[in-house]
Amino acid sequence: MTGMIERAPIEILGWFLGLLGSFGVPGWILAAVSAVIIIGTVIGIFLGLFALTSVMERKILARVQNRYGPNRVGPFGLFQPVADGIKMITKEDLVPRTADKAVHFLAPVVMMVPALMVLAIIPYGRDMVPAELNSGILYFFAVGAGTEVAVFMAGWASNNKYSVLGAMRAIAQMISYELPLVISAIVAAMIAGSLSPSAIVAAQGGFAFGFVPQWFVLTPWGFTACLVFYIAALAEANRSPFDLPEGESELVAGHLTEYSGFKYATFFMAEYVGMFAVCGMLVTLFLGGWQAPLPFLTIVPSWCWFFAKVCFVAFTMIWVRATLPRLRIDHLLAFAWKFLLPMSFAAFLSAACWHYAGRGPLAWLLSLAIVGIPYLILGNSFTNRFAVSRRTYQFSE
Amino acid sequence: MNFPGFGILKGLVVTARNMGGSYFEKARLTTELYPEERPTLPENSRSFPFLVYDGDDPEAGMRCVSCKICEKECPPQCIFIIQDRDAGGKALKRPKVFDIDISVCMSCQICVEVCPFESIRMDQEYELSSFDRFAPLLLDKSRLLKSNAYYRSIHPTEAAETDARIESEQKKKEAAAEAKAAKPAPSPEAAP
Repeated sequence: MTGMIERAPIEILGWFLGLLGSFGVPGWILAAVSAVIIIGTVIGIFLGLFALTSVMERKILARVQNRYGPNRVGPFGLFQPVADGIKMITKEDLVPRTADKAVHFLAPVVMMVPALMVLAIIPYGRDMVPAELNSGILYFFAVGAGTEVAVFMAGWASNNKYSVLGAMRAIAQMISYELPLVISAIVAAMIAGSLSPSAIVAAQGGFAFGFVPQWFVLTPWGFTACLVFYIAALAEANRSPFDLPEGESELVAGHLTEYSGFKYATFFMAEYVGMFAVCGMLVTLFLGGWQAPLPFLTIVPSWCWFFAKVCFVAFTMIWVRATLPRLRIDHLLAFAWKFLLPMSFAAFLSAACWHYAGRGPLAWLLSLAIVGIPYLILGNSFTNRFAVSRRTYQFSE
Repeated sequence: MNFPGFGILKGLVVTARNMGGSYFEKARLTTELYPEERPTLPENSRSFPFLVYDGDDPEAGMRCVSCKICEKECPPQCIFIIQDRDAGGKALKRPKVFDIDISVCMSCQICVEVCPFESIRMDQEYELSSFDRFAPLLLDKSRLLKSNAYYRSIHPTEAAETDARIESEQKKKEAAAEAKAAKPAPSPEAAP
């Protein structure tokens, strides 16, 4: 029974293709149909998640601020995304007269395409990877970096000084945070011994002592790398507290200044899909992918676990957004280069020591020390550097 | 040397407590779901003026005597009054037309303060939006006249004071009339 639900998506696809095959449809068409169905399903699921998150985010933020949040459209306001979509589509699509029209039009597309393309290599469940690449992690970061081009395209093509400044800030932020993001991802790939996401998930399978999952996040180096990856992912996805490229309450919307209507909605959608992709990557690398957290919970299908974990990580991102105020640009860059990057190197070293010390109790202590000591030193020096002191006015009194 | 990042964890706990708490403690939610839940307005809140009438018939019980003091005092000049006249052209103590343009009115309450007949008072009605910006916002006599009972329901304290004042004045007048009725006998004799 569980096996049936577990394999249901694959079985249904296989049955459908078999049905087509029985009508004498040639093999290459079957392959194309299979690809289209898989791509359509993945994109459909993530756009559905985007729609759900856009309303859940507003509801959660509202609850944190002791408000109700959207509750007018449909039951509990769940149809709010439909209303938002209609509003966005029917809005006037303004293009500045002096804008580079082609690039201005292409920027949202270029933003959206990599966000969707990176979804191809994420293992959604047991044997459920749309594209089984043996260098999937590399592909993920290489393609994902394409969004940075889109951000600068948007800023440059708008022919607006605020847009360009906003885009430059966004680029500075994204490139700075790309480095800790990639290095902390390498840690997981290094221990699993493979760049293939499926292999990394497989390496986190099984239970120590019969009930403790062997996810990478439950080791000192994995926890550090996971945290670094999470923080860098927040910055990559332009999420609060690192949302200063957009910074709606203080800037003119940054590189989005000259975008309205459906193009703006596309940027928005790409940002959210990108967020989910990076959450999926975080789950794959550190939270055990589609593995169940306890042995008896393996009766729940693997893909349910994957999406439950992704939704949990997305929820924590909303939670963090509700908690932390936006950083200043110099704090933001200093944090990336002076704290996150050294910490990702520490996690890297710690993982290597953990592996060569035999992965036993000694390895645990060693790796804990290698990440713990730099954390305390760096963290304290960082808090002292930017400590808030009482402001004194030199010329008053 | 404190543990870096501890402040962030504390912050996360605070927001989580608020998020969960708002589902269990209704008192946390300060928002009113407006069309379903109406705010209870403070007694002294005011929107625009209305005219008070006594009894059941708005025209007969109208307190306004068309003295036009409010019209003259109104700072933005939003009150417009035409005095009623009988068939012979004699001025009557009631307005024929009494209009207040609430798109001009600034809710200053000066009309209420200057009215010697306790006739004009401030309303609490706030749902006055309309699709046309002229006609629906020009309140005529029929829309302005509201009963004293309504006035008592929206401003209980103020209405009680007003009613007491009217009553005492009424008594004073009656007493004066009685005194006048009792006195007139000797006065004509003293005159010549």
